[in-house]
Parts: sequence; structure tokens; C-alpha cells
Amino acid sequence: MKHHSQPLKDISPLIGPNGAGKTTLFSIISGFIKASGGAVRYAGEDITGEPPHRLARRGIARTFQIVQPFVGLSVRENILVGAHLHHRTRSAALAVADQIGHDVGLGEFLNRPADTLTVAGRKRLELARALATGPKVLLLDEVLAGLNPSEVRDIVPVIRDLCRRGITILMIEHVMQAVMSLAEHVFVLAEGRIIAQGPPAQVVADPVVVEAYLGHGAAAKLGTSYGR
Amino acid sequence: MKALIPTAAVLAVLAAVPLVVHSNVTLNFLVVALMIALAGQGWNILGGYGGQYSFGHAAFFGTGAYVTASLQVRYGINAWIGFAAGIAAGAVLGAVLGALTFRSGLRGSYFALVTLAFAEVLRIIASVAPITGAGVGTLIKLDLGIRNLQFQSRAAFYWIILALVGVSLVTAQLIERSRFGIWLIAVRENEDAAKALGVNVNGVKLAAMVMSAAITAAAGCFYAQYFLFVDSGIAYGTWISIQALLTPIIGGVGTVFGPLLGALVVKSLGEAAKLLTGDAPGLDLIIYGAVLVLVIWFTPRGLIGGLTQARKLLMRRSGPAAPSAGEARHG
Repeated sequence: MKHHSQPLKDISPLIGPNGAGKTTLFSIISGFIKASGGAVRYAGEDITGEPPHRLARRGIARTFQIVQPFVGLSVRENILVGAHLHHRTRSAALAVADQIGHDVGLGEFLNRPADTLTVAGRKRLELARALATGPKVLLLDEVLAGLNPSEVRDIVPVIRDLCRRGITILMIEHVMQAVMSLAEHVFVLAEGRIIAQGPPAQVVADPVVVEAYLGHGAAAKLGTSYGR
Repeated sequence: MKALIPTAAVLAVLAAVPLVVHSNVTLNFLVVALMIALAGQGWNILGGYGGQYSFGHAAFFGTGAYVTASLQVRYGINAWIGFAAGIAAGAVLGAVLGALTFRSGLRGSYFALVTLAFAEVLRIIASVAPITGAGVGTLIKLDLGIRNLQFQSRAAFYWIILALVGVSLVTAQLIERSRFGIWLIAVRENEDAAKALGVNVNGVKLAAMVMSAAITAAAGCFYAQYFLFVDSGIAYGTWISIQALLTPIIGGVGTVFGPLLGALVVKSLGEAAKLLTGDAPGLDLIIYGAVLVLVIWFTPRGLIGGLTQARKLLMRRSGPAAPSAGEARHG
């Protein structure tokens, strides 16, 4: 994958066709996969190859494309795991976990086993857990996947609210309505490289982007007025 | 702490037993059952809470037994110091084994096999090495007295092993309520998710292994003092590895009282079987196997899990209508 760097705006969606390397990029940034070359820099420091737990302590948190709740635990206990990163005592961590549980809309489900949640609930739980670690940067990997339109509509404000807390969000998304409404600046990844970036409307009309999704020559066939 | 009340109650009841029971046979049975329970409590920290199933906890049991026995017999070290040294040796061995296995990323069946092999290697070494008395084993000289941790009365041994079990119960309780505990459970449930949430998975596993090894080593040290004889089959044999993992699984993995309950139940069944059918060799293993199958079939979370399920069922039947599945629609 070609090395690149960019300053992050508050919410930066990362879009691109399947196989572009988006999740791979996340896994490299969050320390789950080793990069074959290049470096990852954060706040002026080289963090390449640091293990995930140390990155989490630095304030880089991630969610997983396929949700991974702690099945045997309750919703509250799930969030507690994240909360304990920066809160040593059980009572302090519980307070944080409860607060965040309410913030993401899981207030009534805190006592329930995590495996009784619906897909939408599990996505919120995934969000809550990562949020509980007090991150400065949050990598959301297709957090909206598998949600129906009304569920997407309900969860988007939760994500936007994270920005207001001062968290920088980098999100891989395919759900374009959310990308359009959330972001000022979008990055497009294809075949391991950033091929375009800019305001959503502009990026979506870019022939290079269209071709990445639909194949060579598609832009010419469709005309460059693709989009709204 | 209010949470320690059940533990205190259980210990109080058990402590009172020798005041009413005077039969040496019964007390002996209980002492052995509690010793097995202690070994199981140790296993439970790593296996029950941490989800790393060791098949070779004999390695720690035997090391505890041999270290305390050898120090007394060969170097004239005081029994109490030997006991402490045995526990420390177990802990160090746990650290070594943990460092070797966890850093290599060994999990699940691979971890189980490596621990099994480790115990077996120790058994073979102990059966030929001069320091452990090779095939003859190590015999601690009978010399009654509190200074030598040897007592005429079974009740004294009973209270000692009960105290050790008590420490293990309190340890499990404290772990459950601590940050380390929730991290350990997270490692059991999903290592990758735990890592992403800042849990140092290898560090947590290693710490759990050291605690687990120390507690099981204490059981081994006690064995040496109670029976005054250790050989390689006793110290590092699969019998104790099996008991150490069986009793928590049957009683309830990842619970405070699971191993204790499991040990009492399993040992009682073993004794009952012997009384009914005579001393057929291997009969107790058949019983253990059957009980294990039954427990996993009906109450996968062990006897304590079964009790919790039953209690929930009773509460539902007598309380207001349970929330239906449809209520979890929005989430």
C-alpha cells in the first residue's frame, strides 16, 4: 500500500470499492496488521507497529466491521471493559459506562445480556465500548452496515455528537446518505491508494471515482453529471 | 465489604465441621476434597475467568510438593518456609510457562497440549533426577509439631487447608470486582476486541497464570505436609491435572465457589460409588466422566450455573410477566 498522510477534519469518511484496502488500512493503523512498508504517524510520533492495546491508551480506538460483543457479559459490562482503561476503580468505571450507555441510546438495555441486542443495538454497543476508552481518534469500520434506513437515521446523530466531544472520526462507509450528511471532506481509496478527496458532492462526481466503482470507461458512458 | 459475606458464611460453616464431626475417615475425606478444591480454585483463575484451559496444572502442584519436601529433607529448611518457597516456585514456573506459551500466541487446544506436555516432562525428569529422589520419591520425616507443620489431629490440617481455600475464595472475589478481573474475562470472551479496548492481553494472561500456579502449588505443598511422601506420579501425574480442571468445570467455571462446590460434589460421588460397589480401580474416573457429561449436557455453566438458572426460573414463575423478545426490537 502506498504511504500517504493527510490532516484529518472532524469526520473523515473513507469510501471506495470493495477490496480497496480500507479495512486493511484501519488494521494497520490500529496495530492489528503489520505494514510491509511506510509509517503511521500520530501527533508527531511514529506509531507504526505499536500493539493495539498501546494505541488504545494513546487514544486511538477502533470498531470492527463484524461486531464483536463480549457475548457472555451484559451490555453494561461490555462498556465497562472500555471504561476501565482510564478508570481504575470499579465505581468510577461503572459511572462512565452507564453515562456512555445512555449517550448512545442503550440506557434501557444496560442490564441485558449483550447477545440479546439487535444488530442496530450491537452497533451502538460497539460504538459505546470504543467511546468508553476516551479516544481522541475513532476508527469506525462500516458501523452502519446492516442497518435499515430508519436505523441509520437514528444512529447518525449519535456519530455526529461524537465530533462535538472533540473526537476525530475516520469512518469507512458504504452508506452514501450518511456520508453525504456527516462529512465535509471525503477520502476515496482504491487499489491501496487515495485517488480523490474533497467535499462529498465533488468527489462523487469525479470521473476517476466513478471509474473506480463502476469500471473503466464508465464515466464516459454515464457523463460527468453523475450524482445529484 | 458486603460482597464478602457469602464467602465468610461458607467458611464459617465449614470451619465448624470438625467441632461436630470426629470421624477420622470423614475428616480425611474432607481434607483431601478441600485440597482438590484448592487446586481447582487455582486452575479456575486462568481457565474459568481467563478462558485458557490448562491440562497440566500438575506442573505447579508437583513443584510445590517437591520444593517443600526437598527443602525440608535435603537442606533442613523449616516446613513453613518450605511451604512459602513451594508457592513461590510454583509462581515462578507459572511465569516461565506463561511467557513461553502466551508470547508464542498459543491458544485453545495448542495451549492445552503444551501444558499437558510440560507436566509430563516434569514427571519424567522427577522420576529419574536424584534431587527428587528419582523412582523412590521423597519421604518427609514424621516429626509432629507446629514448627514442622505436622499435626496429630486431622482437624488441625483441616483448618489449615480450609484457610488456604478461604484465601483462594477471597482472591477470586477480589478479582471479580477489579479492573484486572474484567480485563481477564474480556480476554476470555474475545481477545481482539479486548486488545482494541486497551487490554494488554499477554500481560493479563501472564498475571493470571502466575496467580493460578501459586494457588495450585499451595495445594501441592499441603499434600506434601499431609501425606509426608511425594513421588513423580503423585506430584506430576495426570490425576491432579484432571481433578484441577474437572472440579471447576463441574462446579461452574468463572465463579467464586465453583471449584469448591465441584470438588465436594465430585469427591462425594466418588466415595459413594466406592461404598456401593467396592474399591474397583478406575471406578472413580468413570464416575467423574459420567458426571462431567451430565453436567455439560444439562447445565453447561456447571452446578452453580444450574442453580442460577433455576433461581431465575423460579423468580419468573412467581414474579410479573417476563419481557417478551419483541421488546428488544429497538436497540
